[in-house]
Amino acid sequence: MKIDWAALGSVFGVSLLVTVALVGLFTLGVVGLSKQEQAREARATGGGTAALPAQAGAYACFALCAAAVAYGIYLIVA
Amino acid sequence: MEHITLLLGIVIVTALVFDFTNGFHDTANAMATTISTGALKPKTAVAMSAVLNLVGAFLSVEVAKTISGGIINEDGLKTEVIFAALVGAILWNLLTWLLGLPSSSSHALFGGLIGAAVMSMGWSSVNGGTVVTKVLLPAVAAPLVAGVAATLATRLTYRISSRTDEKSTAKGFRAGQIASAGLVSLAHGTNDAQKTMGIITLALITGGVLNPGANPPMWVIVSAGLAIALGTYLGGWRIIRTMGKGLTELAPKQGFAAQTSAATAILASSHIGFSLSTTQVCSGAVMGAGLGRKGGVVRWSTATRMFVAWGLTLPAAGLVGAGAELLTKQGTWGVATTAALLVGGSAVIWALSRRQPVDHTNVTAEEIGTPAVPSEPAGVVTTAIAAVSPPPAGPSVALAEDLAPFPADAPASHSPASAAAVADPARPATV
Repeated sequence: MKIDWAALGSVFGVSLLVTVALVGLFTLGVVGLSKQEQAREARATGGGTAALPAQAGAYACFALCAAAVAYGIYLIVA
Repeated sequence: MEHITLLLGIVIVTALVFDFTNGFHDTANAMATTISTGALKPKTAVAMSAVLNLVGAFLSVEVAKTISGGIINEDGLKTEVIFAALVGAILWNLLTWLLGLPSSSSHALFGGLIGAAVMSMGWSSVNGGTVVTKVLLPAVAAPLVAGVAATLATRLTYRISSRTDEKSTAKGFRAGQIASAGLVSLAHGTNDAQKTMGIITLALITGGVLNPGANPPMWVIVSAGLAIALGTYLGGWRIIRTMGKGLTELAPKQGFAAQTSAATAILASSHIGFSLSTTQVCSGAVMGAGLGRKGGVVRWSTATRMFVAWGLTLPAAGLVGAGAELLTKQGTWGVATTAALLVGGSAVIWALSRRQPVDHTNVTAEEIGTPAVPSEPAGVVTTAIAAVSPPPAGPSVALAEDLAPFPADAPASHSPASAAAVADPARPATV
């Protein structure tokens, strides 16, 4: 009986890293978008802060997540 | 097709029934948390999962070349052994569904195969080492891997989003969760529908209909994909309830973290080559996400019942498989009796489930009684678990009791499969 500890270890490591990275990125994106909404409301009432960076950052985060999903689909098909 | 014998026909139908219970049993993996966090309506969720399972079945052309991946020696595996194994796996799947417990369909199939193979060819046909590396070790590793990842991810997401209010972000997390759940469904369709295609193809080769090494015919691919999709669409609501609400309560953030960790762990494991059970990964992820939130609680009594079911899967399905093989060895009447017992047993389990139905209307309701399992079957559950607890003698006894009344009036059961099997014992089965 040979247990493939290396494979088990890399499954553990990869799952951990990818999950935390993806969830972190997605959360940043969601938070960025909600900040932008708050900013828009603030502007409507005369506040007006720069919302552009937050929005661009949020879309960058989502793009990375979408790339990860695409890679996941590629793994399933291949 | 004219060479398909009665036994071969029964095996194909049974394999499709197993495929159906597999879809039915595993809807919860992808969709339980999606439903409980409100990301998708119950019916929408199972419909989406069914479509993705069907798509997944056509995506990969690499059909499983072995049924057991080396757990048993498949040289000279007889068709009736495959049939007996399927009977064990189906009955265990249905029993765990009745109890609302998520358990691995693949492990049930392995258990059935081991039991039937031992009865047919003796203990030497089983590779003990492979059982440890492919079944026992992954069963411990899967919930840990997914659980730890989900816990850390949940902590992180709560920390990052601590300054935004729950409402404005919930929609985003729900959308993310739907994407992760879609990946799980797709991966499930690819893996598990392939498994059934592999079984049918192997049976066709054993029966001499196909040449060794042949690819599965189109009708096999289509019917396996349809069977798993139909099972998924009908939805094992009892198991969805346990996973979505019974183990812990999840907010959209947690649901997203759980589903993402499950999708990642499943894809990582199948890609790196240390295969983990989808069901066990998903259960672990749900519990991990529950633990990751401050004040989050995992209902350990439900979790313990689930762990017990995991431990029993192999021996229980094995015992039923062995019993079924003992019967099928007796010849045509044995095969017919086994088919009748399978139909009878399934009917009894279905009838029991009607006492306290769980469906799309009440799957996320607060009250059907005890958290995990609907209230009235709680009695059934405790008695069944009590009967099941002392392994390995229990389950077969419990099942035998279920099945006992049926041999006598088997010809009277009207399901088409059994009617065909039973009404036709005189026709010579040429295998």
